[in-house]
Amino acid sequence: MTESIKENSSSISKTNSDPIVEYKNVHKSFGDVEVLKGLDLDIYPGEKVALIGPSGSGKTTIIRMLMTLEQPTSGEIIVDGKNLWHMEKNGKLVPASEHHLREVRGDIGMVFQHFNLFPHMTILQNCMTAPIHVKKEGKETARKRSIEMLEKVGLGDKLDNYPSQLSGGQKQRVAMARALVMRPKIMLFDEVTSALDPELVGEVLEVIRDIAKEGEMAMVLVTHEMDFALEVADRVIFLDDGVIAEQGAPSEVLEESDNERLQQFLYRFRS
Amino acid sequence: MINAIIEVFPVLMKGINITITVFILSTIFSYLFAFIAGLCRVSNNKLVRAGTSVYVEIFRGTSLIVQLFWLYYAIPMLFDVGIDNRLMAGVLAISLNYGAYMSEIVRGSILAVDKGQTEASIALNLSRAQRMRIVIFPQALRMMLPEFGNYLIQILKATSLVSLIGMTDILYHGNILRSTNLSAAPTVYLLLLVFYFIMALPLIFLTRKGEQISKRGVAS
Repeated sequence: MTESIKENSSSISKTNSDPIVEYKNVHKSFGDVEVLKGLDLDIYPGEKVALIGPSGSGKTTIIRMLMTLEQPTSGEIIVDGKNLWHMEKNGKLVPASEHHLREVRGDIGMVFQHFNLFPHMTILQNCMTAPIHVKKEGKETARKRSIEMLEKVGLGDKLDNYPSQLSGGQKQRVAMARALVMRPKIMLFDEVTSALDPELVGEVLEVIRDIAKEGEMAMVLVTHEMDFALEVADRVIFLDDGVIAEQGAPSEVLEESDNERLQQFLYRFRS
Repeated sequence: MINAIIEVFPVLMKGINITITVFILSTIFSYLFAFIAGLCRVSNNKLVRAGTSVYVEIFRGTSLIVQLFWLYYAIPMLFDVGIDNRLMAGVLAISLNYGAYMSEIVRGSILAVDKGQTEASIALNLSRAQRMRIVIFPQALRMMLPEFGNYLIQILKATSLVSLIGMTDILYHGNILRSTNLSAAPTVYLLLLVFYFIMALPLIFLTRKGEQISKRGVAS
């Protein structure tokens, strides 16, 4: 029942609005190894997409290119109508300048596998830095919003702690608050539970679930948590050997697909 | 012996001002050159990088005394303009030399900051300069502290070279005294060692402090 509602809502958003992210024939090679072999992918506003696949299938590369941490070898990525890696200059497309990248990536936030908190700052400072220096918010506003966000992820009592004083799960929740306080339209999650002790995974997934319920933001999750993908995602994409091998509603992909590679992949997870 | 010390001590004290002045100025400028050169070596601009590494290798690869003589004797003669001021020549030689050494520490520490820190600050849309200033540099600085302390002590000892271009530091006064009274040599040089050691003590303490801060600072 809930699944059919989910499918409906995602199909409505697809017909009613333009994609917020478009990958057009994107290739990416590292040296001689081609990791992505012509990716075409549209992501819609508010859509929750789970990327699954064996390691080396290119799923992390997909979101790292969107965050401008990797440059595609060829092809285009368009964010909210703006070309991410290229810009127009005298009527020609040329590689994007740092200035252009900063304009376009303002809508995107990311959470990393290894948290990447700033160790020399308290967790409150971790959250306040970008609002103050990037959004040019006043210190008091930034402080207030950061505290609200940290309370939301359940860390309101740790404001003045340093990252080294927190558990992995807490660190990852800080990292999410730090990204959310910038109010991105698209949030990227790069295997955010993979570096955590098993008993800490739940608290992090809980926060993601809450964010997902609010609905506004598009979310792309690279994950190995199949049950979680089934629960939260509108669409699951299975990547294999640099291409999209299967995609659709979570139940279709995870339970009904007859793609052999996908079967093998899921089998390894469930065993 | 006591009499000899009482005789030598005030003579050496006459040079203490110069030694300390040269030391403080050299320290300030060494750090300045180190930071500038260190940042240039991690610049995106190839020319800046190449130019800086020429500076670093030349000053690391040649003798400090010869550099000092170049600045004080050779350059003024070659170019007619230049440094007839001993203090300026002395400080400049020491600073350029140690700045070159320490720029490698600056560069190494910046490169040693975890890549994830840069990635996180890109994800927060900080500008290039903000990434360096707010995220990378403060962490790199903590790694630099212990080595910086060691070089502080070395700079102090290097100040004695300025006596060779006629600056009246403690070594200069000691040498004058010895040349007029040969039997004073052991006392003079013993006291000189003690002088340098006492001046180095707070620096050794600072280095320890730096190591502690460094250890505590960067654990994630």
